[in-house]
Amino acid sequence: MASSTRVTFPNKFLPYLLLAPQLAITAIFFYWPASQAIYQSVLREDPFGLSTQFVGLDNFRRVLGDPNYLNSLQVTVIFSVATALIAMALALLLAVMADKVIRGKGIYRTLLIWPYAVAPAIAGMLWLFLFNPSMGTLAYLFRSTGYNWDPLLNGDQAMVLIVSAAAWKQISYNFLFFVAGLQSIPKSLIEAAAIDGAGETKRFWTIVFPLLAPTTFFLLVVNTVYAFFDTFGIIHAVTGGGPGKATETLVYKVYNDGFVNLILGDSAAQSVILMIIVIGLTAIQFRYVERKVHYG
Amino acid sequence: MANVELTNVRKVYSSSVEAVKGINIAIEDGALCVLVGPSGCGKSTLLRMIAGLESITDGTVKIDNKVVNELGPAERDIAMVFQNYALYPHMKVYDNMAYGLRNRGMPKDQIDKRVKDAAQILELTQLLERRPKELSGGQRQRVAMGRAIVRSPKVFLFDEPLSNLDAKLRGQMRVEIKNLQRQLGVTSVYVTHDQLEAMTLADILVVMNAGSVEQIGAPLDIYEKPASTFVASFIGAPPMNLVPVTADHSGLVLKDGTRIGAEGLSIPATGSLIGFRPEDLEVSAGTDTHIGGLALDLKVQGVEPVGAESYVYGTIGGERVVVRVPGRSTSNTDDQLRVIIPKQKLHLFGADGKRI
Repeated sequence: MASSTRVTFPNKFLPYLLLAPQLAITAIFFYWPASQAIYQSVLREDPFGLSTQFVGLDNFRRVLGDPNYLNSLQVTVIFSVATALIAMALALLLAVMADKVIRGKGIYRTLLIWPYAVAPAIAGMLWLFLFNPSMGTLAYLFRSTGYNWDPLLNGDQAMVLIVSAAAWKQISYNFLFFVAGLQSIPKSLIEAAAIDGAGETKRFWTIVFPLLAPTTFFLLVVNTVYAFFDTFGIIHAVTGGGPGKATETLVYKVYNDGFVNLILGDSAAQSVILMIIVIGLTAIQFRYVERKVHYG
Repeated sequence: MANVELTNVRKVYSSSVEAVKGINIAIEDGALCVLVGPSGCGKSTLLRMIAGLESITDGTVKIDNKVVNELGPAERDIAMVFQNYALYPHMKVYDNMAYGLRNRGMPKDQIDKRVKDAAQILELTQLLERRPKELSGGQRQRVAMGRAIVRSPKVFLFDEPLSNLDAKLRGQMRVEIKNLQRQLGVTSVYVTHDQLEAMTLADILVVMNAGSVEQIGAPLDIYEKPASTFVASFIGAPPMNLVPVTADHSGLVLKDGTRIGAEGLSIPATGSLIGFRPEDLEVSAGTDTHIGGLALDLKVQGVEPVGAESYVYGTIGGERVVVRVPGRSTSNTDDQLRVIIPKQKLHLFGADGKRI
């Protein structure tokens, strides 16, 4: 197929010239930093940056043997799974409801999409203002009902807070895809199922949900990647990884170790591990999502 | 098995568009009723109202002498075959057919028996483990039929089930549907815009136009005695020729002023249309006026040989008409032909389009 639709350029260099800007951007903003990270991950530098020494895989060994790193891994898994599940479940619920709205459909959808336009740090601040124990409006309400709300001291509550903020921001995106997914299911299928005696709940679980599988798988990967990598701003604004290290995700730890504590070798090794995770997730996406779960 | 009775059924959409304007149809037990009409005439809406997929604004729908207006689609004991088949893409053929039975809590061994029996009838036995996307159009159509018959419902509803198939397969499936319906004896309502399908399938044919019934009857009765110019031009291919005429004291006058003899024809002075089927014209060799018929001059504009017959296109009194001639036509463009319409084959319509 590729050969039959191939475009031939009269000039040999033109194609390369046209590709150059994209290649340059990728090289400067991706390959260069990535190769720097790999390079740094096998080096050790003294605290003043005066001498550097090649240490092989020592950094990796130390990072993987560090209980703090393992804690961070656990925090990341809990945070990502919770964020992805909550964001997807609520988005699906909203999308199914939005599908039933007849009047004001457009307005309803537009309003639900807005949160996606909010920058992560701003979203974090918003949630902080609502739930900060000393000044938060909703935190005040919580306490007045007798609930001991203090995410600055209680690690679980801090986790709940960042999961809520991260999920809240991602719901819009998921909502959009679920709405599109629902619209692509022919109405006659639902009608046929209704005639076949399936009630609304049964129709959802036996017809709609299975047919949404491609969308759901896609969103699962996207949400996991989001929770892993794009939530730095929220965590930084809301908890700063605390209390203790209760909300320090892998990405946040890279930042903490590298830019706050200036342990560049360890930080670089962690980045390389993250890179491997991303490659793994992308491979899963391509292998299973793009090929397997489509119904013709 | 059951009869279906529609009484003054109306459908008005929120935007006050009246899609179905008071329709009365009675379908006997075991009959195949075809609703035919151009797109937008309300035939699909009417079918969906019988199915319970569309609310009924006014009037009553009775299935088996029971008003079903307020019942949901599942409680009406109907099965529907959709235009796009609406097969569940994530289920195998077997599960597609078993789905409705499982939802009704039928025991497994009974489901298995019914599905296999239906598969046998429809020659789907080899395909039970496949998914819909692995099937051809005709096979999908069969599965859709199978899903309907396993339930042994009181009524089958067909919503243009053949329009996604190619012409050859459509003809084949048409015969199969007819045979199957006869064999099972299930009362059926069938919607189509294809007049050939309507003519060949129907026990009772309902011609619809703009939300109303134009004519109900046996297909050949409708063909032979169309109640209006709409029915006359909708049923039959090529359609009936319609030529406007006016009457004065001495006879009939065509639009371009040609006078023709009209022995024994009573035409209202307000003007009317004479209609004749393309196959009912006789091409006369001479120029003599034929007794007991209407003699007209046809100016040939073109001839289309289609093998067993030929269509001669031309004008009579400035109006375009088509004549069906058996075998090959010897006429050429610009020939003048004298054609005779036997009086008993002549249809007369008033200015309002209704049959006189």
